[in-house]
Amino acid sequence: MDVAIVGVGLHPFGRFAGATGIEMGAIAIRRALADAGVAWRDVQFAFAGSYEIDNPDAVVALMGLTGIPFTNVYNGCATAASVLAQAANAIRLGDHELGLAVGMDKHLPGAFSSDPRLYACPSWYGEIGHFVTTKFFGMKINKYMHDHGISAATLARVAAKNYRNGALNENAFRRKPLSEAEILGSRMLNHPLTQYMFCSPDEGAAAVVLCRADRARRYTDKPIYLRASAVRTRRLGAFEVHSPWLPIEETAGPTVDASRAAFETAGIGPEDVDVIQLQDTDAGAEVIHLAENGFCADGEQEKLVADGELEIGGRLPVNTDGGLIANGEPIGASGLRQVHEVVLQLRGRAGARQVPGDPKVGYTQLYGAPGVAGVSILSA
Amino acid sequence: MARVPVAKGVFTWPSDDPQLIGSRCGACGIVAFPAQDACPRCASTAMSARLLPRRGRLWAWTTQEFPPPSPPYTGPTGEAFAPFGVGYVELADEVKVEARLTQIHGLRIGMDMELVLVPFRTDGDGNEVVAFAFKPVC
Repeated sequence: MDVAIVGVGLHPFGRFAGATGIEMGAIAIRRALADAGVAWRDVQFAFAGSYEIDNPDAVVALMGLTGIPFTNVYNGCATAASVLAQAANAIRLGDHELGLAVGMDKHLPGAFSSDPRLYACPSWYGEIGHFVTTKFFGMKINKYMHDHGISAATLARVAAKNYRNGALNENAFRRKPLSEAEILGSRMLNHPLTQYMFCSPDEGAAAVVLCRADRARRYTDKPIYLRASAVRTRRLGAFEVHSPWLPIEETAGPTVDASRAAFETAGIGPEDVDVIQLQDTDAGAEVIHLAENGFCADGEQEKLVADGELEIGGRLPVNTDGGLIANGEPIGASGLRQVHEVVLQLRGRAGARQVPGDPKVGYTQLYGAPGVAGVSILSA
Repeated sequence: MARVPVAKGVFTWPSDDPQLIGSRCGACGIVAFPAQDACPRCASTAMSARLLPRRGRLWAWTTQEFPPPSPPYTGPTGEAFAPFGVGYVELADEVKVEARLTQIHGLRIGMDMELVLVPFRTDGDGNEVVAFAFKPVC
């Protein structure tokens, strides 16, 4: 059973004093239902993702207590991709015809933190200051730059592109373009990454209505098909967040594994993709993920970025809505925000951000602690 | 004022030439750090303690230029915070260990590093709490 997306809805990303995560989730759901032209009572099942909200299914109190199976999912930074995969599988299995995937979150400002013991790390690892996600990203891109000849100017160009794209996105958190000089000159947090090269945890919600592909035209004249969704965790030897040690042997990370699996399922390759959303926790992550997802060879990013190929009008448009750098990261919602953007792009309704040339295939990727990645491939 | 280790069993203590305490798998031979009861490669529980080499080469590095979120971080914050280096040091052909680095300038992938113990905070009893770190070998 193939799966189609017939409705998408977003609560803007940013900071919203007074609004709860559940309320933002309800707004995103209402917008997705309206987009699909269906009512809440038509929804046969739902999956919800959140980090901060214990029971995002409590959104039924605001939508209607219809008794549907409603399952909560938390899977680190790949939560929203996991929500989408679970919802799609419920349709693929033939259990249901139409359902909902929703993500919502409301984080405090500042770097994510937790008790290291909850990540199978010893307490002392946190006490001495190692339990910080940002320094992992600093180390990974610093090593990547050393190994593959990427410059700090390239990191600044990537961040500037995402702020520029965010300025075109009415739902984005950061809508002010920043120059490469401002980005390079901002406070150094974890060498070589400066403050404006990082995304911030923030607030927001996103929702997607899915249905059996053979019923999709009842709801829309432009269904978008979910061709593949894959989630993978780290293998021994991958360089990952929150690792007190690594073995001598080295292997590819979970993004590479999830990407290959998704392309294989979809039966297409990176050369067929027209619009790309990557996990840009920081500008370096976007650079690395471009290669890890098969869109270029290691080191090619230096020229691709300089030539503007990652811009909306380029050969590989990446993070056309501003990515995490301009939207921030409400963990539960982040990947469904990526799907929302790809659906708009494939419908040809992305407004000032529209990728030219009638894009047909879109790609989304999430990555985060403690070494989990999710990839979804969509097509018109 | 006494010096105390940040935790027991992480490095040999007290010692003039401290060594990190890892585990070696009796079944597949992989070396892990810190010591753990089960092998992350083959799931064997035949793990035995292994003292790790004191010297190695810098494999990856960055700097920590803002105070980490507290908790879990217990070191100095605010005005008292001093940026520190962080990296992975490849110890012979055994294991890569993540550690503080004693400096933030002049770091280079591939440089020779040596284990040292460094004070990182004073506890409620006035003891100097020490952590492990690596410093470039001059």
